[in-house]
Amino acid sequence: MQITVSQYAHAATEINVVAPLGRIDQASADDFLMALNPMLATLGPDAPPLLLDFSGVDYIASIGLRALMVAARQAKAGGGGIGIAALQPMVREVFSIARFDLVIPCFDSVESAARELSACK
Amino acid sequence: MQIKFWGTRGSLPVAATAGEVRNKIIAALTAAQGQQFADAAAIEAFADQLPFAVQGSYGGNTACVELTGAAQPGDLEHVICDLGSGLRPLGQCKMAEFGPGKPQTYHFFISHLHWDHLMGLPFFVPIYIPGNRIVMHGCHPNLEAAIKLQMSAPCFPVEFDQIGATVEFDLLEPGREYTIAGFKVRAKLQLHAGDSYGYRFEQAGKSVVYSTDSEHKLDNRVEQNAFIDFFRGADLVIFDTMYSLADAITVKADWGHSSNIIAVELCQEAGVCRLAMFHHEPIHDDAKLASLYDETRRFEEITRDGRAPLRIISSYDGLTVDL
Ligand SMILES: [Zn+2]
Ligand SMILES: [Zn+2]
Repeated sequence: MQITVSQYAHAATEINVVAPLGRIDQASADDFLMALNPMLATLGPDAPPLLLDFSGVDYIASIGLRALMVAARQAKAGGGGIGIAALQPMVREVFSIARFDLVIPCFDSVESAARELSACK
Repeated sequence: MQIKFWGTRGSLPVAATAGEVRNKIIAALTAAQGQQFADAAAIEAFADQLPFAVQGSYGGNTACVELTGAAQPGDLEHVICDLGSGLRPLGQCKMAEFGPGKPQTYHFFISHLHWDHLMGLPFFVPIYIPGNRIVMHGCHPNLEAAIKLQMSAPCFPVEFDQIGATVEFDLLEPGREYTIAGFKVRAKLQLHAGDSYGYRFEQAGKSVVYSTDSEHKLDNRVEQNAFIDFFRGADLVIFDTMYSLADAITVKADWGHSSNIIAVELCQEAGVCRLAMFHHEPIHDDAKLASLYDETRRFEEITRDGRAPLRIISSYDGLTVDL
């Protein structure tokens, strides 16, 4: 799976945006988490929050949701902010059926996520 | 093969509260507003088309599932998974059908020794009838001790050795194939406190898997593959869908249960025909269970990905499924 990493400036706060592309399933979940690891390691109370731009993700299996749970847990432990934005309608439905909107904050767009995550800091 | 669900609730028997029954009546009357019914049959037809959570109920008895195979002449053997509180109405039904005069053999397959899976036995009338034969099949070496424990003071007034039926204990080995009461049976170890076992039954080209109180760890691909093999091509898989996926892997991790999401994914990978949601969370009322059922069907639909559809049912006390 392809993962792009970009920085996104919102007002005075920087936010790191990671944008995975394609399916997060049995074949790609490990790679996905591995790609996230260096970003998760930088998270902390004084570091920019991490936002996962999911607009390019068209399928997520339970193993992918588990990877997100691990990421959210790691972010929380380090006192850093994490969120997920711009889910495609079907992926959003999976999130809601799995009750994953309670595990990781979900936002409609990268823009609104950047605003909210920055405000939390 | 016919499967009858006598108890489908997890952990603890429950009953609908007065408030829940009132809500059903209000919903039914609201739906009937302004309608005229010509006769009793028209009223019944109207009731039958109301949503299940309004006109019916999932029931509240704990795990008990009966398997009936092709009838063999003179065959008086019954096959039942688990001894939950659903075993009480099952016993009453057998008494009504056979009475005390026709001795029967009851084969029980025990998933594990937690109380919700054993509690129906003291209220199963056929054990008090001399001539009946009870065979307890299971993989726990302490099966006999656990079953006797609940029928001893101070737990219950009748001691186990006072019952009239003869009882045999048959320790099974997981992974080995047995032929019992006309079924081929194989057990599989499952992740649950104190261990639990799933059972796969096959007869005349039909197969059913009873897999409850079983947690699935998403990062253990080896075990997932073992379950996919165990479920492979089954006509029906009865699966513990007690929690949401989020709960099952966060706050309720290691509590020994699973979710609708994992159920659908494993059954899809195993090419299963039908999935029965089972071991319902006792906190959920009928409306909640009905909405979980809808969500599970929707999840199957959006993840089908070119596969043959997996049929999903949400089991309820009294449901029969013909395979
Ligand atoms: Zn149970
Ligand atoms: Zn249990």
